[in-house]
Amino acid sequence: MKQYSLNMLLVVFAIGLLFAAHFRIIDGYIQIVFMTIGINIMMSTSLNLVNGNMGEFTCGHAAFMCVGAYISSLLSVFCFGTKFGEPLLPAASVVIVFPIIVLIGGAFAAVSSLLVSIPSFKTRDDYLAIISIAVNYMIISAIENMDFVGGSRGFQGMKDTVWAMVDLFDGPWMLFWVINFTVFTVWVIRRFISSTYGQGVNAICQDEVAAEIMSVNTNKIKIINFMVAAGLAGCAGGLYAHIIGYVNPQSFNILKSTEALVMVYLGGMGSLSGAVISAILFTGLLEVLRSQAIVDGLLSPITFMFPDWEPSAGVIKWVMIPLLLVIVMQFRSEGIMGNRELGDVFPKLKKFYRFK
Amino acid sequence: MMAQTQIQTESTPVLEVRGLTQRFGGLKAVNDFNVKLMPGELSGLIGPNGAGKTTVFNLVSGFYQPTEGEILICGVKTARLKPHKVTALGVARTFQNIRLWNDMTVLDNIKVAQHSQLGYGFFHSVARSKTYMKREAEIEQEAFELLEVFDLKDFASDFPKNLPYGTQRKLEIARALSVHPQLLLLDEPAAGLNSNDAKDLIRLIRWIHDTFDVTIWMIEHHMDVMMELATQIKVIDFGETIADGNPEHIRNHPAVITAYLGDDNI
Ligand SMILES: Nc1ncnc2c1ncn2[C@@H]1O[C@H](COP(=O)(O)OP(=O)(O)OP(=O)(O)O)[C@@H](O)[C@H]1O
Ligand SMILES: [Mg+2]
Repeated sequence: MKQYSLNMLLVVFAIGLLFAAHFRIIDGYIQIVFMTIGINIMMSTSLNLVNGNMGEFTCGHAAFMCVGAYISSLLSVFCFGTKFGEPLLPAASVVIVFPIIVLIGGAFAAVSSLLVSIPSFKTRDDYLAIISIAVNYMIISAIENMDFVGGSRGFQGMKDTVWAMVDLFDGPWMLFWVINFTVFTVWVIRRFISSTYGQGVNAICQDEVAAEIMSVNTNKIKIINFMVAAGLAGCAGGLYAHIIGYVNPQSFNILKSTEALVMVYLGGMGSLSGAVISAILFTGLLEVLRSQAIVDGLLSPITFMFPDWEPSAGVIKWVMIPLLLVIVMQFRSEGIMGNRELGDVFPKLKKFYRFK
Repeated sequence: MMAQTQIQTESTPVLEVRGLTQRFGGLKAVNDFNVKLMPGELSGLIGPNGAGKTTVFNLVSGFYQPTEGEILICGVKTARLKPHKVTALGVARTFQNIRLWNDMTVLDNIKVAQHSQLGYGFFHSVARSKTYMKREAEIEQEAFELLEVFDLKDFASDFPKNLPYGTQRKLEIARALSVHPQLLLLDEPAAGLNSNDAKDLIRLIRWIHDTFDVTIWMIEHHMDVMMELATQIKVIDFGETIADGNPEHIRNHPAVITAYLGDDNI
């Protein structure tokens, strides 16, 4: 019972959400918010593997999201779109093929992570951070210079795939996929990191020399850890591309990477539940800050003194979020959860669920 | 006694080091070092501060690549092997300054040291395959057994950083044994221990030696610990081997006395 309680709760929640979306109890906007939460959970939990569990400081996670987004978008348009001519596959197969497309995008992203993981054999800390930023720029610039995917104008046509799904059954398909992939992400990470094999990642974080000398193949574990993290970010990218229906290299620039970083540090490094919680809070906060009325309200003490200043919500968001990070780092540098999990903070919860 | 020595010399040495030299820039930290350890031996390596003892251990465990010379573990050359490969050949060690994984539980510290013998990989761990479940159960049981015999079971879910110093030392030795080594290298296991703890440590090392079928090579500044335990001792100074023999021989060796002159430890 205890073993399945969490799973059952999730299933009930997911079905409830899908029903609510299907019968228009929640509107398109709320659905988008929920999907963004899912994508952000995928991004923060996967980055947490590298920055939290392994203790490397990388800040180019959006690069892998970008690779996943473009690869799956291309495949999607080839298979079901009309942009490059006749669709390769019958529209009826879309429900089976779509998750495969997303996973292939993730696989390419995983391979592209070698650009960071191989340098990480010899480099750490600041130097690796710089390498990861460089890789972020490299990948974006490479795509900006590829005319067949639209270059800096971006790429679209993925909505054909979504419509093909809607033609089969008129339901909230993308919400369905996001829920599934989010659960899949957390599940993969949890199982990997809690195995003795995955504990090697934590050992590398805490003392790499001791890890190598106590029989951990540190280079291999680094490659695998980066690949898992990048692969899952790639899947997040694939889903994102299909939700928006349009991708642009600049959507995956350093700002996007920073968002993922903020979530990881907000949640607490190395804490999976922290990464999930902070992704939810962070997405919620972003949505709140989109409202001009709320931003105006929050800033009224300041705008009162500078009547000429009219802050716009879209811009002020990028003042508020870094400010939040500064405050968190100053007063609770270990993040919301520290490196503990929910069950460690509230031991009573452990009576009700088991999560393996 | 004689017959036993005969048998031992016929089998392959657990560790054989020939002409080992290590330069750090202009400094020759180790020069033309040779040693041969037979299965079941318990030997020592001593020398004044900065003599090059830890460097020898770092070379044997594959952490440094030697400038010259070769190292054979159970007859296998370790040249250009990564440290984890050398460990997989059967060498485990402790460190002069304790290097436990401080934010992992005591149990996980022991388990992770079995990495070279896991027998499963990433996909097994995610799929929770039969192999995974079986191996993970075995690893956990073995880790608990090891903690049990080391009297550390009560600390299984504690973090090493919260343990007393002496317990941390003990845990580091337990972790090294979790590797299933043929050769156990102990770098100053008694460092920082009071004389009571040091006595316990002597008993512990002797017990490990009798129980685990492992060859032990240790560095130690506490001469009483060394004289009590080791049957063979090598002395190095400025990277040069200056004496070699049983404890009695070493105690009275003029070169050793000169090297240690002014050092209170002897
Ligand atoms: N990585 C390194 N780079 C440069 N020099 C080094 C390095 N490691 C050790 N040395 C030098 O080599 C010499 C031998 O050092 P080592 O640590 O082996 O001494 P030790 O015999 O273990 O001494 P102690 O009793 O203080 O532990 C010292 O002079 C030390 O400064
Ligand atoms: Mg030393």
